Amino acid sequence: MNALFLAAAYLRHHWVRSAILVFVTALLLAVPLAAQTLLRGAESRLTARAEATPLLIGARGSALDLVMTGLYFSEDRVIPITQADADAVWDSGLALPIPLHTGFSTNGARIVGTSLDYLEFRGLTLAQGRPFAVLGEAIAGATLADRLGLSPGGTLVSSPENLFDLDGTYPLQMDVTGVLSPTGTPDDEALFTDVKTAWVIAGIGHGHDDVVGADGQTPASITQFTRITPANIDSFHFHGDPGAYPLTAVIAVPHDQRAATILRGRYLEADAATQAVVPEDVVQSLVAQVFRIKSLLDAVMVLTGAAALAALGLALFLAWRLRAPEMLTALRLGARRGMIARLVLAETALVLVAALVLAAPIAVILQSQGESIVTWLLATAPS
Amino acid sequence: MIRLADVSFAYPGGAFRLAIPRLEIEDGARVAVKGPSGTGKTTLLNLIAGLATPDAGRITMGDTEISALPDAARRAFRAAEIGFVFQDFALMDYLSARENILYPFRIAAGLALTPDVRARADALATACGLGDKLTRHPAALSRGEQQRVALARALVTEPRLILADEATGNLDPVNKTAILDLMFARAEAAGATLLAVTHDHELLPRFDRVIDFAALQETAA
Repeated sequence: MNALFLAAAYLRHHWVRSAILVFVTALLLAVPLAAQTLLRGAESRLTARAEATPLLIGARGSALDLVMTGLYFSEDRVIPITQADADAVWDSGLALPIPLHTGFSTNGARIVGTSLDYLEFRGLTLAQGRPFAVLGEAIAGATLADRLGLSPGGTLVSSPENLFDLDGTYPLQMDVTGVLSPTGTPDDEALFTDVKTAWVIAGIGHGHDDVVGADGQTPASITQFTRITPANIDSFHFHGDPGAYPLTAVIAVPHDQRAATILRGRYLEADAATQAVVPEDVVQSLVAQVFRIKSLLDAVMVLTGAAALAALGLALFLAWRLRAPEMLTALRLGARRGMIARLVLAETALVLVAALVLAAPIAVILQSQGESIVTWLLATAPS
Repeated sequence: MIRLADVSFAYPGGAFRLAIPRLEIEDGARVAVKGPSGTGKTTLLNLIAGLATPDAGRITMGDTEISALPDAARRAFRAAEIGFVFQDFALMDYLSARENILYPFRIAAGLALTPDVRARADALATACGLGDKLTRHPAALSRGEQQRVALARALVTEPRLILADEATGNLDPVNKTAILDLMFARAEAAGATLLAVTHDHELLPRFDRVIDFAALQETAA
C-alpha cells in the first residue's frame, strides 16, 4: 500500500509527464485493438452482403469491379449490359432477375435504379412513407436521408453528368416518397428509384410539350420536363428497343441450387458478352488478398509496437535514473530490500491501469459503433 | 555509547583509505566532526549508519555491533535507531511536508504508520515551526523550512543517534543558527546523540566536543 501511495503521489505531482505516459500507453493498447476490430468488421460486412447475393450478372470483365459496383454501389464504371440480359434470366424460368442501374448520383450518393423486388430481396423496410410507385419517385437510404434532412415530400435532383454537353441529359428532380430503416449497409447511403426513372435520367425516356399545338402546327420550341408530375407524366415515353436499355448488373435469385448451377453454366462460354459471378467467391478472394497484406501490416505493427514499447521502457528507465538521488535517500533512511522495485512496479501498474481506463472507452465505442464506422469507411473508401 | 575500534575502510579500486584506531562518543553528546574535504567525514557517518561495512574493526552502538549485522538487520536498525539530516535536504518533491516527515514509515522495514506516529509527526512539525505548512510541497517552502522538514523527518522515528552531514551548509546565517538551535533542542528533548559533520568553524563552540578528523587520521597513521 505504501508503494502504491508513493507511486500515486509521484504520478499526481508530475501530472503532465504522467498524462503523456498514460496517453502514449493507451494509444499503444488501443490502436492495434481498433485496427483489428475495424478489419474484422469490414471483413464480416463485405462477406455478409456478398453471401446474401447468390448470383450477379454483368458485362464480362473485372468480376471485382462488377461486385463492388453491383453490391456496394462503388463509383466504378463497368460496361453496361442490357434489359434483354435481365429478360433472358426471367425467360429461363431459373431465377428472379433484379435489375440494377447505378450510373447516376445525387448529392454524393448513388442513384440505384431497380425494382421493388430489390427491397424485398435485401429485407429493406420503410421507416417513413411508401415505396416508389410511379416514374420520378424515389426512396432514400437512412443515412442519406439523415445527412440531407430528407423525408417523404422532399425532392432531390440528380447530379448533372456532363456539364458542357448541350445535347446531353438534363438533371431530373425526383420526389422522395419514403425513407428506409437503417441497415448498416451501403443501402443506407443510396437513393432507390425505379429503373425506368434511371433511364429517364439517362435520356432514354423523356417528357415534353406536345409536338403538335392546338392550332395543328408544330410550336417553335418544345419544353422538355425536368420533373415528373401528375400533369406531365403521360407525356413521358421511351425511345428505341426496350431490350437494349442499359443496366449496370442484374442480381439473379435462383429458385433453387439446381437452377443456380444451370444458370451459371449458361454464362461460361468464353466469347459471351456477359458473365455470372458468385459475389461470395469474389469477395473471399478480395478478403484473402487484403488479409495477406494485413499479415504484413500486422508484422509492421508488431515491430512498430515493439519499438514504441522499447522507447517507452527507455523513457521510464531514464526517468528512474534521474531519480537515483531519491532512491539513495530512501536507502539511507532504511528502505527495505525490494521497496525500490515495488515503487517501480506500482508506478508502472498505475500507468497501465490508467491507460486501460483511457483505452476502454475506445474499445466500447468500437464495440458499439464499429458497424457504423465500418459502413462509413466502406462507403467513403476511394474507388 | 558509540564505539569504533581498529576500523579501516577503503573504496574498491580507490586510493583513499580510512583508518580509525579508536573513537568513542557518549550517549546524548553533541559532537562535531571537522576536517578538510576528502578526509572521509561522510564515510565515517556512512560506516556508523551501516551504509558501508568496514574492511576491518568493529563499530558498536550500545550492545549492537552494527558492523556485524546482516544486511536486512542493518537496514532495520538504521531505520529505527538513526536519523539522517543531509546538506541538500533530500526531500521528495512530490510529497507534502507532512508526508515527507512520515516518509521513513512508508519505506522502511519494521516501522508502522499508526495514528500515534501521525500525531507525533504533526507535533514535531509544529515544534519545528511548520504547523501551518504541513500540506505544502517542498517547492513552496523556503530553504530553511525545507531543512526543518528534513530535521523533523530525522526525528520522527525517535532515533538514538542523529547524523547530520553538513546540515547547515546550504543555509543563510539566520536559518543556520535557527536550524542548529532546533537540532540541539530536539536532540536533547529526545535524548538522542548528535554527530554532525561541519565545515563551519563559527558553529564548533556550540558542540560538546569537536573531533578533528585530520588529527584522528594522523593518529592512525
